[in-house]
Amino acid sequence: MPDSEIMLPSHEPELQHHFDDSAQQLESSTLGMWVFLVTEIMFFGGMFGGYSVYRNMYPEAFASTSHFMNVTIGAINTGVLIFSSFTMVLAVRSAQLGQKKALIAFLVLTLILGCVFLGLKYVEYHEKWVDHHIPGPGFHYADPRYFHQAQILFFLYFAMTGMHAIHMIVGAGLLTTLIVMAARNRFTATWYTPVEMIGLYWHFVDIVWIFLFPLLYLIGHTR
Amino acid sequence: MNHQVVSVRVYAAVFCALLALTITTVVVSKLELGEFNFIAAMTIAVIKGTLVVMFFMDVRRATSMTKLFVGAGLFWLAILLVFLLSDYLSRGWHPSLRWL
Repeated sequence: MPDSEIMLPSHEPELQHHFDDSAQQLESSTLGMWVFLVTEIMFFGGMFGGYSVYRNMYPEAFASTSHFMNVTIGAINTGVLIFSSFTMVLAVRSAQLGQKKALIAFLVLTLILGCVFLGLKYVEYHEKWVDHHIPGPGFHYADPRYFHQAQILFFLYFAMTGMHAIHMIVGAGLLTTLIVMAARNRFTATWYTPVEMIGLYWHFVDIVWIFLFPLLYLIGHTR
Repeated sequence: MNHQVVSVRVYAAVFCALLALTITTVVVSKLELGEFNFIAAMTIAVIKGTLVVMFFMDVRRATSMTKLFVGAGLFWLAILLVFLLSDYLSRGWHPSLRWL
C-alpha cells in the first residue's frame, strides 16, 4: 500500500490520539481522579486519627463540649450537602443526555446549596467567636476542669470543619468553571468528563461531612 | 460511552435514604445507649458513605481497576486507624477501656 493511502482511523473529536477509544479515555480520567481522592482520604484520615486518639484520652472533656455544638445547624447543613450531591448527580445525568439547560440549572443549584452550607458554617463560627470558644488566649469554658482539654476538641473542630470548608470553597470555584464551560457549549452527550470528575470530588467532600457531623456534633449527646 | 443513564427515581431513592439516615442518627444520639451510641452513629455514617460511593460516585458500575484503587485507599485508611489506636489503647493509660 502506498503511503498516501494510509488512512488515520476516524474518531470522535474529543478522543485524544494516545487512547484506543473513548471508554479507555474515560477510565483513565476516572482512575486518576480516584488516585487524587485516595490522597484526600489519607489527608483527612490523619485528622480523624488525631481526633480518635484525643477523644480516647479525654472522653469526659470531649463529651462536655457537645453541649456547645449547634446540632440544628449541623443537621440542616448535612441535609443541604446531601441535597447538593443529589443535584450534582442530576447535573451529570443531564450531561449524559446532552441537555444543556438542565445541566446548567443543576450546576447552579449545586453551587447555591454549597454557598448555603458555607453561609450556615459562618453563622456557627460566629457563634463560637461570640462564646469565646476559639482556642487561644481568649478561650473561656464553662467547666474549669476541662479548660485545656476542651481547647483540643475546639482546635480539632476548627481544623477539620475548616479544612472541609476550604474544600467546599474550591468545589464552588470548580462548579463555576463547569457552568461557564457548559454555557460555552464545551460539553456534548459523548464528552462531559469534567462534569463527572468534579462530581466525584463534590461527593467526596459530602462523605467527609457525613463522618464529621456525628463525630463533632453528636458525641456524648446524652451525657 | 459505556455508561447507561440511571433513572432519576434511583437517585431520588438514594437521596431520601440519606435524609432518613441523617434524621435517624440525630434521634439515636439523643437516646441513652452507652457505648452503643458511638457504634450506632458510625454504623449509620458508614452506610451513608457507602450509598454515596456506590450510587452517586457510581463505583458499583466502575471498572475492576477503579474498584481496586478505592478499596486500596480504604484499606490504607484502616491500617492508619487500626495501628494508631492499637498502640494508644494498649498503653494502659485509660482506667476503663472504651470503644473509641
